Amino acid sequence: MELPRPRRDIELTLRVNGAERPLTLDARTTLLDALRDHLHLTGTKKGCELGQCGACTVLRDGRRIKACLTLAAMQAGAEIVTIEGLAADGALHPVQAAFVEHDGLQCGYCTPGQIMSAVALLREGRTGSDDEIREFMSGNLCRCGAYTNIVAAIRQAADRAA
Amino acid sequence: MVPFAYAAAASAPAAIRHVAQRRDAEFIAGGTDMLQLLQDGVRSPSELIDINRLPMTAIEVGPKGARLGALARMADVADDPRIRAEFPMVAEALLASASPQVRNMASIGGNLLQRTRCLYFRDVATPCNRRAPGTGCPALDGENRLNAILGGSVHCIATYPGDLAVALVALDADVHIDGTRGERTIPVERLHRVPGDAPHLETVLEPGDLITAVTIPAGAAARRSHYLKVRDRASFEFALASAAVGLEVDGGTIRAARVAVGGVATVPWRLRHVEEALVGRPLSADVIHEAARTSSDGAEPRGRNAFKVALLPRTVERALRTVGGLA
Ligand SMILES: Cc1cc2nc3c(=O)[nH]c(=O)nc-3n(C[C@H](O)[C@H](O)[C@H](O)COP(=O)(O)OP(=O)(O)OC[C@H]3O[C@@H](n4cnc5c(N)ncnc54)[C@H](O)[C@@H]3O)c2cc1C
Ligand code: SF4
Ligand code: FES
Ligand code: FES
Repeated sequence: MELPRPRRDIELTLRVNGAERPLTLDARTTLLDALRDHLHLTGTKKGCELGQCGACTVLRDGRRIKACLTLAAMQAGAEIVTIEGLAADGALHPVQAAFVEHDGLQCGYCTPGQIMSAVALLREGRTGSDDEIREFMSGNLCRCGAYTNIVAAIRQAADRAA
Repeated sequence: MVPFAYAAAASAPAAIRHVAQRRDAEFIAGGTDMLQLLQDGVRSPSELIDINRLPMTAIEVGPKGARLGALARMADVADDPRIRAEFPMVAEALLASASPQVRNMASIGGNLLQRTRCLYFRDVATPCNRRAPGTGCPALDGENRLNAILGGSVHCIATYPGDLAVALVALDADVHIDGTRGERTIPVERLHRVPGDAPHLETVLEPGDLITAVTIPAGAAARRSHYLKVRDRASFEFALASAAVGLEVDGGTIRAARVAVGGVATVPWRLRHVEEALVGRPLSADVIHEAARTSSDGAEPRGRNAFKVALLPRTVERALRTVGGLA
């Protein structure tokens, strides 16, 4: 099989929150920029663009990834879920509700990433103890230091899901 | 980021041929190191060839050992119950690496080839022999707290930053390579080059060489093994010092020992003299202490990284005590 000719402009279809979104993008476009600047899904935040803060966490085929560390072109055909895709029929996802209840935020900038990461964490079953939650949430930084309430929110969402 | 062209490869031979022929074409796998380097302007490939669709994701474990496809994700290897049982140091090294999100993305092949975290290497506003040959090495007398005390030269003292490769070197693992001249297999220990007078030549790979898999031989010392990573914060940080150790013990006597260290050397660093000081001796805290205290022999600290000379033997000692049941 020959290699398709490498292109600087890429035509692709992203599947985001259940919808097919055809796009033509510069090959350099990260998944994060495609979501925010081209699909106007600005719930996914841009912090460091270096994989270090977790603000850009989304789900790809059910697993959490950092949208700033992958090219949009590499995600053609994958199922992407962003914070905008979590609530069902206007009802908050249980993790979203738990963050509200426990005040798991201050400025809120890291919160979409925290919540997407926590949704995946629950699926991974990494909520055995508060220490396990802390370790497996370590990819999400909070400059406001809302960690205590973030862990409490995740603890509650995990207990209710059990 | 400078403009580049992108294509997803459907077959390995076509991808290999293309990258071998095109100047500045590169593979991209998980993208986690590549995107950082692109964002920082450290790399400017003309083309990126996405290898994620190649069938190289399998994790196989048999009585003789394990085979990790180059595109197996760090998280999948770390969570594999067979890897955790037969090669604990491999699972532990991966779990201690990066964050859950990065581990879901990053591949085994890309992990081995991740570039150094030397501050100057990743800052294009500064000179750096490794990034821009012949410009000098500001780390020698500069901000070198994270830099290497072993395996350096007057041209470069960059630390090899990865964790997995340290465990693989301890276990005599091999890396399988496919290239324009066919397939070959080399020990992981021979993949990376010490900087010498050519720090920009980081590995023995040639243009177009594709890592296809890593194989790890099974054994008693692999089964009784541990990876200890010491860092500035409890999680999500690179190693200041790390130790991948394994012991085979029979009737209270150490029959085989594996010791490799990370965070302190320019390449994944095997400590054979420490292994030799353990083999044939009774398993005891004293024997471990005597062997581990030579871990930094030959070290050449350069100022801010001098603390590693004391940190390394303690890291090795603690890891050996843990695996020996003497912690
Ligand atoms: C925030 C952050 C924290 C991190 N912390 C740690 C840590 O604590 N410990 C640790 O060990 N690592 C850490 N890493 C590094 C991470 O493990 C690597 O970035 C990752 O493993 C690279 O794999 P990848 O598949 O994403 O590689 P890519 O970025 O896709 O590629 C890296 C390089 O390898 C080449 N390549 C990839 N696959 C192949 C192949 N099969 N054959 C030939 N060439 C190939 C590419 O051309 C490129 O040059 C961290 C990374 C980030 C972003
Ligand atoms: S230690 Fe190596 S990577 Fe760091 S500045 Fe010197 S030459 Fe560059
Ligand atoms: S913006 Fe992606 S991790 Fe910070
Ligand atoms: S709430 Fe402000 S960064 Fe987390």
